[in-house]
Amino acid sequence: MSSIRFEHIVKRFPNAPRPSVDDVSFEVPSGQFVVLLGPSGCGKTTLLKMVNRLYEPSAGKIFIDGQDSQAIRETELRKGIGYVIQQIGLFPHMTVAENISVVPRLLHWDAERISQRVDELLRLIELEPAEYRERYPSQMSGGQQQRVGLARALAADPGLMLMDEPFGAIDAITRASLQDEMLRLQRQLHKTILFVTHDVDEALRLADKIVIMRRGKVVQFDTPFHILTQPADDFVADLVGADDMVRQLGLLRVEQAMAPLPSAWRQNGHPTIGSADNLREALSLLLRTGADHLTVLDAAQPVGLVSLEHIRDLTSGAEES
Amino acid sequence: MDVFAKAVQYAMEPRNLDKLVDALTRHLYLVAVALLIGLVIAIPVGVLTSRSRVAAAIAINTFNGLRVIPSLAILFVFIAIPGFGLSAKTALVALTILALPPLLINTDAGFRNIDPAIREAARGMGMAPRQILLQVEFPLALPVIIAGVRTAMVEVIASATLAAFIGGHGLGDFITLGFSLNRTDILLVGAVPVALLALLAEFSMTLLQRRFQPPTH
Repeated sequence: MSSIRFEHIVKRFPNAPRPSVDDVSFEVPSGQFVVLLGPSGCGKTTLLKMVNRLYEPSAGKIFIDGQDSQAIRETELRKGIGYVIQQIGLFPHMTVAENISVVPRLLHWDAERISQRVDELLRLIELEPAEYRERYPSQMSGGQQQRVGLARALAADPGLMLMDEPFGAIDAITRASLQDEMLRLQRQLHKTILFVTHDVDEALRLADKIVIMRRGKVVQFDTPFHILTQPADDFVADLVGADDMVRQLGLLRVEQAMAPLPSAWRQNGHPTIGSADNLREALSLLLRTGADHLTVLDAAQPVGLVSLEHIRDLTSGAEES
Repeated sequence: MDVFAKAVQYAMEPRNLDKLVDALTRHLYLVAVALLIGLVIAIPVGVLTSRSRVAAAIAINTFNGLRVIPSLAILFVFIAIPGFGLSAKTALVALTILALPPLLINTDAGFRNIDPAIREAARGMGMAPRQILLQVEFPLALPVIIAGVRTAMVEVIASATLAAFIGGHGLGDFITLGFSLNRTDILLVGAVPVALLALLAEFSMTLLQRRFQPPTH
């Protein structure tokens, strides 16, 4: 488990007219999926790369689990952080198994343990080990390659993952399935994830919380639900398309809008919906069944309720802004 | 009699056969040492030039300049330099200089053309610069470096013939002897093995290059 705290981070590149990252402070608690969202040049990737010290901040400090990242040796720090990039960056001269083994080998795991870990990870990303272990990256599709990239980043079971537009170069259909996979994995693994994207839909789908950046500054740091319903300013409202309700409902997960179960709650035959399903599905189920609310299930356990009122609150909230 | 048959007959005479084996050994020795020294110089310099625009401009231009000078001219220039004169050392220096441009240019290209994303991924995973160089960059540059070795080897095998003029011996001895006695058969005893060596070098290096090429599909 890992938390990250940014304290007054500034990054100035030589000859740049203004800082790329300008006095950014926020905290990512352990186990949260935080998306850095903003237009290109807003500083989101620069901020991400300061976490594993591919860039050094011009001012400010980053704390990982309370420890100043500057106090940790670069290579040691990076071995403890999973890193996934848009261009994937698999080593073309190494097989899938060898690619996944890179960090465990750097950490001097024994061969037996590495081999077991490779198989375990391949099964996790749903690539049959017997079939894929000995393949070379060039012998797989882009989507499969990025899944291997993800497995490689997960190899030594880091508490913290940095993902720099990992699905940005992948076709829309494969991207959607990778996003689903990401959500499934995160449900299982509970990593602390910093994920950079300029794709608003992707951010709303994946994030527990979103950091919206513009010209090096954080404009809003909030849940997808609040960002849609209470955008901090016109920039955020425009960016996330806060006036297109139907689209938003398709992007928000039920768990982001649901109310907690009341203390005196009984199932009473209400229709159910998964907590990871989107609100548009919830809305159509409510309209179709005529029920006044749905029971939200997570792993077959009831965890909350969602009603037409909840969805309407979301709608009116957006209209006020 | 057919000139080739006469050449074979000449070569098979016990005294001449000994000389041929000596000359061949000598020739291979010159080629191997020149390439080895060339690689020892070209690999570190090539790694350096692939990372620095200034170093690249200086080194590549210098060695491309050297390449324009004919092999024979380089060999003869060194004779004039005190301490060299007519010797195997002179031949080796000259042959090394001939081997350097293809070795250097290919090493530089091999390292330069590595996708920057691969380096970034390696750094991001916590590999140290030395580990990135040895485990990632070098294996990826190797096929291109081998292609350079192939070019350099063929060139040096051919040019080592000229070493006979400056006391380097090798297969060129038969060629110079053949010229001076106006005997085509003796000349062929030197020329044919050189041609075969060059073909063998081309062929074996191509195989080696393929062996180290990561699969592309």
